[in-house]
Amino acid sequence: MKVAEEPKVGVYVCHCGVNIASVVNVKAVVEYASTLPNVEVAKDYPFMCSDPGQNIVIEDIKSKGLNRIVVASCSPRMHEPTFRKALERAGLNPYLLEMANIREHCSWVHEKQPQEATEKAKDLVAAAVAKARMLKPLETIKMPAVKRALVIGGGVAGIRAALDIANSGFEVYLVETRPSIGGNMARLDKTFPTLDCSQCILTPMMVEVAQHPNIKLLTYSEVKSIDGSVGNFTVKILKKPRYVKEDVCTGCGVCEQKCPYTVPSEFNLGLGKRKVIYFEFPQAVPLKPVLDRENCVYFKKGTCRACEKFCPTKAIDYTQQPQEITVDVGAIILATGYGLYDVKSKMPEYRYGLSKNVITGLELERLTSATGPTKGHILRPGDKKEPKDVAIILCVGSRDEKHLDYCCRFGCVAGIKHAYYIVSHIPDARVTICYTDIRAFGKGYEDFYARIRSLDNVQFIRGRPMEVFEDSNGSLYFDVFDQNTNRLIRLNPDLVVLETGVVPDPSFEQIATVLKCSRGPDGFALELHPKLRPTETSVDGVFLAGVVQGPKDIPDTVAQAGAAAASAIALLSRGEVESVPNVASVNQELCSGCGVCEPICPYTAIVLEARNGGRVAKVEATKCKGCGACAAACPSGAMTQLGFEDKQIIPQLEVLAKGR
Amino acid sequence: MASSFEPRIVVFACNWCSYAGMDLAGTSRMLYPANLRVVRLMCSGRLEPEHILYAFKAGADGVLVTGCHPGDCHYISGNYKTRKRIRLLEQLLAQFGLEKERLRLEWISASEGELFTRIAKEFIEKIRSLGPSPLKQEGLFAPLITVAAAGGGGE
Amino acid sequence: MSKPKVAIVLGSTCAGCDYSLLDLGPTVADVLASVEIVYWPTGADFKLSDLESVPDGSVALTLYEGAITNSDNEELAKLVRRKSKAVVAYGSCACFGGIPGLANVSTAKDIMKTAYVETWSSDNKEGQLPQPLSKVNGKHLELPVTYDTIRALDQVIPVEYYMPGCPPPLSYIEQALVAALSGKLPPPGYVFASERSLCDECKRTKEKKNLTAIKRFHEIIPDSQRCLLEQGILCMGPATRGGCKAPCVDNNIPCRGCMGPTPEALDQGAKMLSALASILALDMESGVSEDRLIPLIQQVKDPLGTFYRFGLPKSMFRRVIPRR
Repeated sequence: MKVAEEPKVGVYVCHCGVNIASVVNVKAVVEYASTLPNVEVAKDYPFMCSDPGQNIVIEDIKSKGLNRIVVASCSPRMHEPTFRKALERAGLNPYLLEMANIREHCSWVHEKQPQEATEKAKDLVAAAVAKARMLKPLETIKMPAVKRALVIGGGVAGIRAALDIANSGFEVYLVETRPSIGGNMARLDKTFPTLDCSQCILTPMMVEVAQHPNIKLLTYSEVKSIDGSVGNFTVKILKKPRYVKEDVCTGCGVCEQKCPYTVPSEFNLGLGKRKVIYFEFPQAVPLKPVLDRENCVYFKKGTCRACEKFCPTKAIDYTQQPQEITVDVGAIILATGYGLYDVKSKMPEYRYGLSKNVITGLELERLTSATGPTKGHILRPGDKKEPKDVAIILCVGSRDEKHLDYCCRFGCVAGIKHAYYIVSHIPDARVTICYTDIRAFGKGYEDFYARIRSLDNVQFIRGRPMEVFEDSNGSLYFDVFDQNTNRLIRLNPDLVVLETGVVPDPSFEQIATVLKCSRGPDGFALELHPKLRPTETSVDGVFLAGVVQGPKDIPDTVAQAGAAAASAIALLSRGEVESVPNVASVNQELCSGCGVCEPICPYTAIVLEARNGGRVAKVEATKCKGCGACAAACPSGAMTQLGFEDKQIIPQLEVLAKGR
Repeated sequence: MASSFEPRIVVFACNWCSYAGMDLAGTSRMLYPANLRVVRLMCSGRLEPEHILYAFKAGADGVLVTGCHPGDCHYISGNYKTRKRIRLLEQLLAQFGLEKERLRLEWISASEGELFTRIAKEFIEKIRSLGPSPLKQEGLFAPLITVAAAGGGGE
Repeated sequence: MSKPKVAIVLGSTCAGCDYSLLDLGPTVADVLASVEIVYWPTGADFKLSDLESVPDGSVALTLYEGAITNSDNEELAKLVRRKSKAVVAYGSCACFGGIPGLANVSTAKDIMKTAYVETWSSDNKEGQLPQPLSKVNGKHLELPVTYDTIRALDQVIPVEYYMPGCPPPLSYIEQALVAALSGKLPPPGYVFASERSLCDECKRTKEKKNLTAIKRFHEIIPDSQRCLLEQGILCMGPATRGGCKAPCVDNNIPCRGCMGPTPEALDQGAKMLSALASILALDMESGVSEDRLIPLIQQVKDPLGTFYRFGLPKSMFRRVIPRR
């Protein structure tokens, strides 16, 4: 090892096309940088991140013997890995790099202050040089990764992701809170724009999941806790009792037939009834019934036991207890999906929940589905009559600054599809769609829109109704201002369908909290980069599939699920994970074993060892995640964080606080 | 004189939330004055009160400490350590006679570029109105101030 | 060969360091016999002129004790520098400003006012304060000028060695004197103390550092076996150099920090503040709201006095900013 090698710093200032150079005087920054201590060379280039740009750095390292590199360009969150690799290619330890963020933190935010921006850029470069001079080479440690994945959520996203991982040869745990997988897609009658039957395309995948030797399906189960980190997560799952021995039950359905009690069906969104022991829907996977303990007369009064009496295989077991299952996985895919915006309490003006004949789009799916409460006949809930005049209101809660300011991305075309449901089932019905803008951006969507728009009995009105009223006869009416004709139009529909906004499934909040996975202001998971890393989260080894990341339609959901699976597969097939380089490090000569650091560490990476009758702290580098909280707490300064040592931070501060 | 004063402000940011939020402000071209100088740490939990004192000592007119919102720390609990340290440091700085507004702690998530921009503008204006840090006043550490000059004595 | 010249000089000090020399016992006699004392006003009837008269650079080792609180101390320090090959900042006051350094929370004028006018026992209706120069019976009376900002010795002159402690541990005094006699002094900058903090030599059992209640010293009788900090007593040990062999904590008294900051610390007080805040309410930090947190933090009654009891002039801020 070379000892106390004199730093030879190369400074590279990027123009980023005009992104930096149009505001910051790059030449002046380079000129200034060349005067800084230990700076051997300072250069600029239009795109440092390009191959030729990187080659300049690599060439200089080789020919000039540079041993510290400063790149002044975009955020290190963007290109730090790029330049680290360039250093590595030049034979230099990749951690001898320091970046100055002169784009996101400078040129882009000080567009109108070119002079000040240039001065700031000089400061940032000087601070980076000051830190770079003190950098030390760092190493990472490789640890084996558990070659198994966990998928949370059994909708189409989770199903697709689980199948992809399983098909590539890795074991997958698929956890779903409902008794069956299938998610919201299982509730749909048809899918736009092709109008193929939703269940017909979904159920074969569900069956494949059930039969796949690599998939361990845990339905009616909740993730309780997740510990550990990428490559080595320990997950505790609570499997709720079905009161049915799954290994004995054949799914014959006799128990459901014989159960004398009914309650509103969750799967049918309360529109129909189900038995107390029930299958979630006829094609449920697994095809095992669930006994709903809350409503079961046996559990309430100790009587009945009809299901037990009639079960031909003696599969009913009233003594089943919740079961905690612990699994170790290397990667996690979040596919918790969505719920609907709570229109009932947040937007009472639309009378949803007040008038029976105001329903959501998802409820219309159930009323249209052959497996739904009306066996596929569209009958309005109020009087079970065929509606003849239907109003469909788009963007209910969406794109509304008082509610959800984002677009749900499938409401428009779903609404158009719903118009098709009505007119194809009830040829003499009329449908009016009240829209804000029609967003039919997907493949084939525009054609579908044009086709429905051309129908004589479907009318489009550009306008948002303010309020839906109900007169004393129970008839609905509302006014809508048609922006295309500048007229106020009164509609008297006998059924109102609300295409409601979309929110993350409520279960996601708890999972995000235990995982420390960032969420955006809308509550959806925050991807690592909105364009380039849309399936990754801020937590290594945790990937996103489907609406958990933000509203999307089925094709996008499935595509993202595949992408998330590919990321997980890449991790599992690598079979190892690397520790972070910026771990805590203790100078045992200076450590007195006071023990302040030990309870600070959230990863129990610090242990106190015995030494000459006293103690001394030791860092287990493979457990350390590199936050530095122990280094900041250490009262003697014996503990530090590699790459963020006092000796590196202080020179940076000196420049930034004092100026040049 | 006051109008020519440009505050020098040191910002500490954590890599995962607030630094990313500042990046987002940049990506979204939200403008704020060029008085801030950001030090990037992996977690606000790495920030030592010593660093803050050093920044003031070296000439910062204000110090803005930023981290993930409570409950959102990438490293589980680093921001809780920061919060406690800053709150105790505030007590100390008050005893040292430094205006409490010169040190500010804010939680900024990766998606809050707008919030950061607002805080940045507000903080710069606040420091501008406070004027240069009293630690920079001429002769603060000069040992010799005679009692006579302080008055109160007789011949 | 002539005996090495040694001087022992006093700035603003309680002279405790001086008395501690006597604790060397019989060794003092040996030492005195083998060196030539050129100046030691507390030891014998020396006059300043005795020191002034030795050739510049001829004193092998000078122990300077006390802080620099006035012009007299400063002049003496500069004189000592001129005369000595090696100067030891002897004791916490010379090293860090010590207890006199706490005057940096105030100003000379305010201290004078307190001392001569405002105290309960003062009888000074005219509010007269001592003046550097006054005329008494037609003659000039000169007093040292009291400084607003108290300094440690190395803030006035370059210093070769530091021997912290209030007073310094005997073992180090002996070590330094023996080294001086044998001409084997350590390299300049050396600190006669442990490289590790006090906890290294503290015998108390340590369990988990997690405090919810901070106890002031008069509030409890601490368990004599368990770490004081873990019992809620603000012990400065973790942030203070060891080497003293922990006599205070051995007697159930918390460390107050006299041995000064550890080698890697830039600011002893800030280091201890960070450590303390980190372990305060550790188990409840995530659940506790901001308004419930503040009272927990405010249990630390006087952070400045607690964390900088011996080191204010050498702290990052050096002094309290006077009100404008």
